[in-house]
Amino acid sequence: MVRAAYTYFPLVLLALLWEVISRSGVISQDMLPPFSVVMRALWGLIQSGDLLSNGTASLTRAAIGFVLAVGVGALLGAGMALIPWVYRGIDPIVQIFYPLPKSALIPLVLVWFGLGDTSKTFLVFLGCLQPAILATYNGLRGVDVLLGWSARSLGATRFQVVREVMFPAALPQLLTGLRTALAFMFLLMVSSELVIATNGLGYLIGNFGDQGSYPEMFATILVVTALGFLADRGFLALSDHLLRWRP
Amino acid sequence: MREILRWLARLSPIFVLLLVWEAVALAGLVKPFLLPAPHAVAGRVWHDLASGQFALNASLTLYRALVGFVLACVIGVPAGILIASERWVRWLAEPLISVGFPMPKIAFLPVFMLWFGVYDLSKIVMVCFAAIFAVVAAAEAGTRGVDKFMLWSARAMGASRADVFREVVLPAAMPQFLTGMQIALPVSLITAVAAEMLMGGAGLGGAMLAAGNYADSPGVFAGIVETSVVGLVAVAGMTALRRHLLRWHAEFNPRG
Repeated sequence: MVRAAYTYFPLVLLALLWEVISRSGVISQDMLPPFSVVMRALWGLIQSGDLLSNGTASLTRAAIGFVLAVGVGALLGAGMALIPWVYRGIDPIVQIFYPLPKSALIPLVLVWFGLGDTSKTFLVFLGCLQPAILATYNGLRGVDVLLGWSARSLGATRFQVVREVMFPAALPQLLTGLRTALAFMFLLMVSSELVIATNGLGYLIGNFGDQGSYPEMFATILVVTALGFLADRGFLALSDHLLRWRP
Repeated sequence: MREILRWLARLSPIFVLLLVWEAVALAGLVKPFLLPAPHAVAGRVWHDLASGQFALNASLTLYRALVGFVLACVIGVPAGILIASERWVRWLAEPLISVGFPMPKIAFLPVFMLWFGVYDLSKIVMVCFAAIFAVVAAAEAGTRGVDKFMLWSARAMGASRADVFREVVLPAAMPQFLTGMQIALPVSLITAVAAEMLMGGAGLGGAMLAAGNYADSPGVFAGIVETSVVGLVAVAGMTALRRHLLRWHAEFNPRG
């Protein structure tokens, strides 16, 4: 507890600095509302329920897109790692889509799926798909073939080798890749909602900015930042738990 | 000749994909509005090339992305080195980085629009802000990872702190610095395109947004193709730069 307070104390300093800079007028309060004002705006957003309804909308879409991407990505990545013709078929396509910014697909997805939830969920899916494929592929490729052969010679079936040997051995790489996917999830969640503005946290940020409700805008940005941070920390804790068998 | 054939064979899934797409479009299975035929998209790209529209938009996007990227490197690498070498700076910076790294940076775009207006400056600051975390984190890890024995040996042989830094730390950490930049460059391009898409105006992102708003599907697809090509070229350029700067390094001299 004391350790955490010591580690994160600089964030408190930052908040204090923010308050002082804004109150003293070094940066005008129109440009940077004081931290305390932003906190009050945050409380207002919580009480009015705006934050809860838009946050739920955002996170639901993001979670569905993420889970779908991990499922499909794990299948494709495993296929690429284990079956040569799948690799030959999919790898060039994964490669040409690699440099393509996924947010460049927003106008296209808008044409395909319209303004509803589907288009935003699909964008999150696309953004997380590539890291998920690559993480599974690299993880499984990195497994020492001798491990698999040993298990086979001890009488394991192919399926058992995949489940008992390949999967645990690939898990560290897989989790690293999924952490990247998690960051992409938040990025596409916010950017899709900023462009296709119907609801969600990204919509709130853009909308408050357009209205000139800057304390509310800063408050929502802080919420998004905190969500991203907590999700990242939570994921790290989960990884450590799943990998606790490692020396 | 053999090389070329092998290369074509490797790319064959892409040709198959294009053929299927063209066939689907020609057969009228999907409305051209939803999925314009590849030849229509190619024609549009050609038109953009010939009219100079591509050169204009791509140079604007690249300008914003590269200025932001270079700023991120110029600020980020020294910051990373400082964080790695001074304890109190590390104490201050560590939580900021661990909060900033997973954060969706694009959420700050409205803030930068408020502070820096709607023209190039806000986009450049946005790009720099999005790209800098990867640069700082890699520079810090690279500087911290320098082999202590190399540092001690250099010190023991009488090198000053400045000498050690210039002759030992910089070259030894260079691969990591470049890795950070290689992550940051695509991020810069993505952010530049996304910022243009949100703010409108000229540039590849703005052009795509306009095409989308006019329901001009070939325009949207052409924009995606053009953006990918610019991304590919930039990433390839960065790889070449790495190869050049690290031509002395074991990474590119496998047999020593």
